[in-house]
Amino acid sequence: MSALAVQGLNLHHGLLHAVRDVSFAVGNGEVVALVGANGAGKTTLLRAIAGAHRPTSGVIALDGKDIAHVPAHRRVGMGIALVPEGRKLFTQMTVEENLLLGRMARRPGPWTVEKVIETFPNLGPRRRAKTGTLSGGEQQATAIGRALMSNPSVLLLDEVSLGLSPIAVERLYESLRTLMQSGTTILLVEQDLGRAMRVASRVICMLEGRLVLEGSTTSLPREKITEAYFGSGHERAMA
Amino acid sequence: MINTIIQGVLLGGYYALIAAGLSFMFSVMRIINLAHGSLAVLAAYLLLVLAQSFGISPFLGLIIVLPAMAALGFLLQRFVLDRALRAGQLVPILATFGLAIVIDNALFEGFGANTRSLSNYIGTLSYDSIELPGGIYVGELSVGVFVLAIVVLGGLQLFLSFTSYGRAIRATSEDPDTASLVGINARMATAVASAIALATVGLAGAALGMRATFDAYTGASQLLFAFEAAVIGGAGSVWGTLIGGIILALAQTLGAKVSPLGFLIAGHGIFLVVLFARIWLAGGVMALLRRRA
Repeated sequence: MSALAVQGLNLHHGLLHAVRDVSFAVGNGEVVALVGANGAGKTTLLRAIAGAHRPTSGVIALDGKDIAHVPAHRRVGMGIALVPEGRKLFTQMTVEENLLLGRMARRPGPWTVEKVIETFPNLGPRRRAKTGTLSGGEQQATAIGRALMSNPSVLLLDEVSLGLSPIAVERLYESLRTLMQSGTTILLVEQDLGRAMRVASRVICMLEGRLVLEGSTTSLPREKITEAYFGSGHERAMA
Repeated sequence: MINTIIQGVLLGGYYALIAAGLSFMFSVMRIINLAHGSLAVLAAYLLLVLAQSFGISPFLGLIIVLPAMAALGFLLQRFVLDRALRAGQLVPILATFGLAIVIDNALFEGFGANTRSLSNYIGTLSYDSIELPGGIYVGELSVGVFVLAIVVLGGLQLFLSFTSYGRAIRATSEDPDTASLVGINARMATAVASAIALATVGLAGAALGMRATFDAYTGASQLLFAFEAAVIGGAGSVWGTLIGGIILALAQTLGAKVSPLGFLIAGHGIFLVVLFARIWLAGGVMALLRRRA
């Protein structure tokens, strides 16, 4: 059974039909990249899975159980954790306090403040610093650590490299590598297609709210993904 | 002179106690609760009824009144403030203003215009005093209220800083959407915060009833003093609230020494001075308006 399965999902933001009949599944321990142009609906889809947006229709199944109507805070306890776009840290609170908030759902598991700092060593000296004063890389590490503290079975990463220097991105993915190999199920949104192809075993491409391409990163030619990414043919080029 | 200052500081403890809930609600929930004073008077009336009709001492009565006030706070958040907040920033102010009018007039309807006090029910505590070196006498009750204010403010501070629920409340006040994404029940957290705030209002009501007199319309003046103390001390800062209460009370007691009318005038005066100083330091009215926009 897949860890996460989305079936016929539709979501509206007012008049905008942001997610259109999307269906896909992520297997246990699989790392899947969700790619697509700006405004394709990737963030909305992730936020719907985490419970921040109510879908209009469709099923979101976690370990076979439909959670589409479960409120966001209870989904964390069921094993879904989102690292939101823009990090969304509590800037008036320290790194440690932000991490401890991840434990509010009281889901048992291996993650502790010490283990997060072991995974992201750059947080060690900043442990008692307010997160508003951190560098981008440190903030992103804190945001991922906060999500891990809830011991998720499915981790959703939304543009974790956004706004970071290339070195910070490199370091971040270095830390994430162990996590990805440890069997955590991960669905990630990444703007850098090359990087997405390297870390994920499968890629899903969205265009204007629809899922337009899906396949294994080893078998899909890059041109085909690029084509799906921007929409095919001339009418897009004209627009 | 020293006597005046000591009495002023002790009175400041009372102001800090009533301001504690007001500034807690403002800092944690971004709500200015204009029914704050009226709710304190409501708590005082509840203690009075328990004492008059059932012979329960106001101290024991708190065992009933504090949970009742907390429950009221929880329901108030769930059914009034939560909805009001969703309609915009100013709506909770209107809602609590309306609530204050409802409470005041309901109390007037129920208890009439007589001035009441709890001092008859607390034995000799209302006039017992302690002699300090130098022949200065301070009321035991005033000292008790001052200590209570420190305990309440310190307790709120410790709760917010060091307990997991305190952290959850702070996180919710900063960003409720993200709070729910890390597993916090944001509606629950604000309702609990509101319950805590109203429990402190219950204590303030007890202090009000024991140390002075009250009637159905006393709430407005209590709100004003709490508001002034909170603004002088910097709304939202726990220890600032204590300092603010003390500064307000010192100005009032020193003003009263100059002239019988000086009590209120000096109090409002110091409030306005601090308010304008803050605006000036923030770069003037225009800068404040620009920041809002």
